Amino acid sequence: MIALLLRDLRLATRAGGGFGLGLAFFLIVTVLVPFGVGPEGGTLARIAPGILWVGALLASLLSLDRIFALDHEDGSLDLLATAPIPLESVVAVKALAHWLTTGLPLTLAAPMLAVLLNLPGPGFFWLTVSLALGTPALSYIGAFGAALTVGLKRGGLLMSLLVLPLYIPTLIYGADCARRGAAALAAGTPLLMLVAITLGAVAILPFAAAAAIRVNLR
Amino acid sequence: MMLELVDISVARGGVPVLEGVTLTLGAGRALIIRGPNGAGKTTMLRTIAGLQPPVSGRIVLPPEGAAYAAHADGLKATLTVAENLRFWADIFGAGDIGPALAAMALAPLRDRMAQNLSAGQKRRLGLARLLVAQRRLWLLDEPTVSLDAASVALFLQVLSGHLQQGGAALIATHISLGLREAEEIDLGAFRATAPRAGAFDGAFA
Repeated sequence: MIALLLRDLRLATRAGGGFGLGLAFFLIVTVLVPFGVGPEGGTLARIAPGILWVGALLASLLSLDRIFALDHEDGSLDLLATAPIPLESVVAVKALAHWLTTGLPLTLAAPMLAVLLNLPGPGFFWLTVSLALGTPALSYIGAFGAALTVGLKRGGLLMSLLVLPLYIPTLIYGADCARRGAAALAAGTPLLMLVAITLGAVAILPFAAAAAIRVNLR
Repeated sequence: MMLELVDISVARGGVPVLEGVTLTLGAGRALIIRGPNGAGKTTMLRTIAGLQPPVSGRIVLPPEGAAYAAHADGLKATLTVAENLRFWADIFGAGDIGPALAAMALAPLRDRMAQNLSAGQKRRLGLARLLVAQRRLWLLDEPTVSLDAASVALFLQVLSGHLQQGGAALIATHISLGLREAEEIDLGAFRATAPRAGAFDGAFA
């Protein structure tokens, strides 16, 4: 299992692994928004939490179809399905690897990029906390979507359409937590809801995704 | 006994391809599966490997007994030969990968990226995975594709070693392997009868 995690991390950081892809996309979005919206600090400060959360969500979506599609193409997924480790833990580990290569770097980069969007001082802490606790849900929900479309050629479009509605609760509570934090209001309730979504996704979706993969491998 | 199939039927994409396949395979034996393209050789091997359920019938196989080698070798282009094999050894709980590399003559290539291997070398690496998988029954789908004569001889040597240690193998292939321990089975005899023309309308009649 650790071997699988290390392999996925190693593949992501080697040439063509797509490690920097999400991060670069996140950077582009947050750099371009101030040019598009205009330089007034008040407007930017108001939309900053939402923009940062939407940016992180889309950046995480960008590399989702790599989770299983590449392994399916080269036959590794067949072999993993017949290996002595359960497919559920294969899914959980691969989603974790996806989070470590997209969600975690996005979380670490967000405070720096928030400066560009004039995020108010108290918001930095809540933005980072909400992303750190919310992005794992994005990876696990995404792994489920990727598992549903694993056998399809160019399944990325269908997967995005399947996954986006499932992302909405995470986005609402995550952005709300960051927004209330930035406005110096109590942000505990949306944070708890966000954590609940993440824990639920981590606990349940590997089983659903493994079932979907079994059907798709037939 | 390594494997017993009792009257199994298999389907591919909802179309039945084989029915009534019954066979047993004992330790130290190999069974060569013959049949024209599309006869259902791969579908049968995937069914035995547990990747798809049989339509009917029973498969008796010790749990975690089979290692499957498909057309695709499951290699990652940006990992080296040793890293690829090390990964599968870790997944299957094997120790040293040195003997497997040596057996398939891959030791000189161990630090080469898999993307820089020739097709035959990739296949050899895919077959080396069987040695680290430590399963007694090997399900091999055209194992000799893109191998040269010397590599086929190397593979036969490895396979004979496996059979002598009490392993077994089910091999779908078109070439003659010349294995003493091998019997042959032709899947043509088990071809599923095509659905009657107009059978679709039966439900509406």
